[in-house]
Amino acid sequence: MSHSDFVRQMPSQSSDFVRGESFWRRLHIDPWLLLLLLLLTSFGLVVLYSASGQSTGAVVRQGRFLIIAYTAMLIIAQVDVKRIRRLAPIAYIAGLLLLLAVPLFGVSAKGAQRWLSLGGFRFQPSEIMKLVVPMAMAWYFSSRVLPPRFRYIVISLLIVFIPAGLIARQPDLGTSILIAASGLFVLFMAGISWRYIFSALALLAVSIYPIWQFLLLDYQRQRVLTLLDPESDKLGAGWNIIQSKTAIGSGGWEGKGWLNGTQSQLDFLPESHTDFIIAVLAEEWGLRGVLLLMLVYLAVIVRGLWIGFNAQHTFGRLLAASITLTFLVYVFVNMGMVSGLLPVVGVPLPLVSQGGTSLVTLLGGFGLLMAISTEKKMLNQ
Amino acid sequence: MSSVKVALKDPYTEKRIFTARLIVAGIFIGVSMLLLVVRYFSLQIVEHDVYRTQSDRNRVQLQPVPPKRGLIYDRNGILLAENLPSYSLTIVKERVEDLDQTLSLLQELIDIDEEQVTKFNRLLRHRRPYAAVPLKLQLSEEEIAVISVNRYRLPGVEVNAELARHYPQGELFAHVLGYVGSINEHEQFTIDEVNYSGTNEIGKSGIEKYYEEALHGNVGYQNVETNARGRVLRVLERTNPEPGKNLTLHLDAHVQQIAHEALGDERGAVVAIDTRTGGVIAMVSTPSFDANLFVGGISSRDYGALRDSPDLPLFNRALQGQYPPGSTVKPIFGLAGLYYEVFTPETKVRDPGWYQLPNDDRLYRDWTWKLRKTGHGEFVSLKQAIAESCDTYFWELSYQLGIDRIHEFSSQFGFGSQTGVDSTSERSGLMPSREWKRIYKRLPWFPGETLNVGIGQGYMLATPMQLASATAVIANRGKHFTPQILKQRDDEMVPVPEQPVIEVSDKHWDAVIEGMMEVVHGIRGSANMIRQGAQYKMAGKTGTAQVISIAQDEEYDAEQIAKRKRDHALFVGFAPLENPKIAVAAIIENGEKSGRAASVVRKVFDAYLLDQSMLHDAPSKQPTSVSNIAANMMVDTAL
Repeated sequence: MSHSDFVRQMPSQSSDFVRGESFWRRLHIDPWLLLLLLLLTSFGLVVLYSASGQSTGAVVRQGRFLIIAYTAMLIIAQVDVKRIRRLAPIAYIAGLLLLLAVPLFGVSAKGAQRWLSLGGFRFQPSEIMKLVVPMAMAWYFSSRVLPPRFRYIVISLLIVFIPAGLIARQPDLGTSILIAASGLFVLFMAGISWRYIFSALALLAVSIYPIWQFLLLDYQRQRVLTLLDPESDKLGAGWNIIQSKTAIGSGGWEGKGWLNGTQSQLDFLPESHTDFIIAVLAEEWGLRGVLLLMLVYLAVIVRGLWIGFNAQHTFGRLLAASITLTFLVYVFVNMGMVSGLLPVVGVPLPLVSQGGTSLVTLLGGFGLLMAISTEKKMLNQ
Repeated sequence: MSSVKVALKDPYTEKRIFTARLIVAGIFIGVSMLLLVVRYFSLQIVEHDVYRTQSDRNRVQLQPVPPKRGLIYDRNGILLAENLPSYSLTIVKERVEDLDQTLSLLQELIDIDEEQVTKFNRLLRHRRPYAAVPLKLQLSEEEIAVISVNRYRLPGVEVNAELARHYPQGELFAHVLGYVGSINEHEQFTIDEVNYSGTNEIGKSGIEKYYEEALHGNVGYQNVETNARGRVLRVLERTNPEPGKNLTLHLDAHVQQIAHEALGDERGAVVAIDTRTGGVIAMVSTPSFDANLFVGGISSRDYGALRDSPDLPLFNRALQGQYPPGSTVKPIFGLAGLYYEVFTPETKVRDPGWYQLPNDDRLYRDWTWKLRKTGHGEFVSLKQAIAESCDTYFWELSYQLGIDRIHEFSSQFGFGSQTGVDSTSERSGLMPSREWKRIYKRLPWFPGETLNVGIGQGYMLATPMQLASATAVIANRGKHFTPQILKQRDDEMVPVPEQPVIEVSDKHWDAVIEGMMEVVHGIRGSANMIRQGAQYKMAGKTGTAQVISIAQDEEYDAEQIAKRKRDHALFVGFAPLENPKIAVAAIIENGEKSGRAASVVRKVFDAYLLDQSMLHDAPSKQPTSVSNIAANMMVDTAL
């Protein structure tokens, strides 16, 4: 049963704004968001050059991925939001099937099975799910009466946790957390009752022990333990955290200067060009650089939420908010784990860390945001 | 709304809810960002000093730079010990994903035995984090190539270049030079830890041990910037090490080789001393071993084979072998007789082929007894007694001298004490005395024992080095050098220490030396077979040393005695007679016939006296130091 026929349309609140930006609207681009993203990604290239040991090759490769990712973003931005909404459940089913295929036909690397190989092209279905799960959640609630009733909440939780669970088993805790968060943000923005939220939190507190004992794998447990006491395993699991904290702390306010970070340039810092790139930035650019980066991130988040606030439909609102808040989770988890605030889970620093797939997913998400932001206003139709 | 069965979607309600949640989300965002700011602020500003110190300590490291070990040359500049670049296979455990898999892959690629893996695992437990642990030393070019090709499959596996001691002459100089090996726990206590902080190997025996301090040099230092793998990226400051001194020895590689070949497969020793300088020309002990096996640690299989061989290849017979000198000491005892004026050179002794002490039934049979029952004749003089090695003469002489005077006189020639040659583990032999017997045997001295000593048997023991040194003293007519192997330290000549001159009148020297000449050149000389074709005159003395004692009335039958129980064959001599240049002592264990030892000595004489001129005319054999320079450069860059 669809309720869309009963939906009352909202009058536009900002018709002047719409007229003023008609050029960008025709291109389906949000200029502010694009500007911020360009700022972030180009800064990311500069940091990456240093973090990769001054490898031009790494920067060129990342640049190539950026072109692909921006193209994907612009293409997604052209799609009509209504069509995205219609496609959401189909994409979800397809994504779920791909995820199920991973343990059967997948390729293993670094002790985890995350990749599918299709015609020589390797990709991670879990990355696609980062966009598909919030889409499916937004789709689900867009046709339900909000705030959601208990039954819908239970079904929506299944939508979230089936893929999240599959990904956690690959094992890829970082992606799993991001996907679960993106789905739960939709639920939260849809107005789930605080009663449920607090009950869930209470339940979580009670179930921490069984999760620890039975669900987490040894290496995941080790990461948490190491986080609590990195000194206990200085040269093993604690090495990463100690070295990254040293890198960050030694940067001070001013930093050691671009290309001059000893921790990163001398190879003390592991994964310096991927997950731990913020430590390179912190060491070479100092707290100034870190605050600047956070400011840009904050601007992106504010802009994303603004787009959600101005969206025409519940679907767009929920999706925009979820994508934006997930972006925050990226930033928080990555910066938190590198600085020793959180356990080390594989979450890249968004738009800065090296890695093609995450760039495409992230910018693809911003493509969705742009599609939502430039959707034709109902009243103008 | 909950009362309505079919709820209507209300965009305004939804927008209101969304806006409310947006505010909560905003707070959430603010708190998250604030947490991060606080965290980074505390790390970068509050604890900045702590982390800056930690970071500096991380990258700057003080490293010892080991000095290059001194080279060793023979007297003609032939290289005896050098340092060659050596490649070892090392593994940094932290960089290896699966150690077992890496090890089995390496075992597929190159030859690595279980022993090396066991040793590797032991080292792995006692190492610094991120330290490279050696798995296999002295890689071949082929192995290096195989590893390089497969490098992408072997993260954490590295091929390291270093300098390793190498003895190009192999087993020829193993005993005299000794060898270097890994510093053991005992040595760890005695060495200067600072000076050896970059050194893994230390001289274990011979010259390598005796001159360890000079050869080693002094350690240098460098402040280096390293990465987490300990790889040096930049040298910030460097104090160069002071390389060890190059040693030039009195040894002559050619003579050494001839002596070694002359001994052949026999167990034996040859020591040759330059009578004019006291320098040791050759010091051979056979069988020998390849000293290169010990460099970088000998495998237990190789070591077991050397240790358990009944021929005792590790035993340096020239310095550690203590043998009854037999008749080779007769010239010295004869000299003692003249010196103490017990006999004159003209004194004649009647030799019926046997000797008997007063008030003693025991018959002492001359060595000629098994050939003929008539002895050496009615009137045996000193000259004839030495030339024909007449036991009866020396029994009479020693009886009249008494053990005290024998002990006193022969001790001046170095018997019973270390010669003081610059090498390790030299034994002192034994020159028995009344006092010695009272202390060690708790018995009085018996006259019969004097007779045994009088022909170099009984309790008396001497090393080949002692025999050669004593012979050199005779050749020098009393001038007594402490034998010395080292000739030059870098360019500085090292003087050979001298001991008190033995004051004996020329007439007496002449008599003894004439006897020794007769040994070789006399018609009835006991070693006159070696005079053939000689371009110079020699003096010498044969000797056989009993390994087992023969009971009274028992015939000595070599045929029936196992090879190991046969007499040792000895010969000492010097040449040329008029102007002595070289004194040699040779022993062939169970060689039975002293003539065999004599012919070894003759070959050594020829090698030194005849080939010497040729050597000087030959193009200089100065070693090309290119390989060493290259090796040094390599080590520098490897660091």
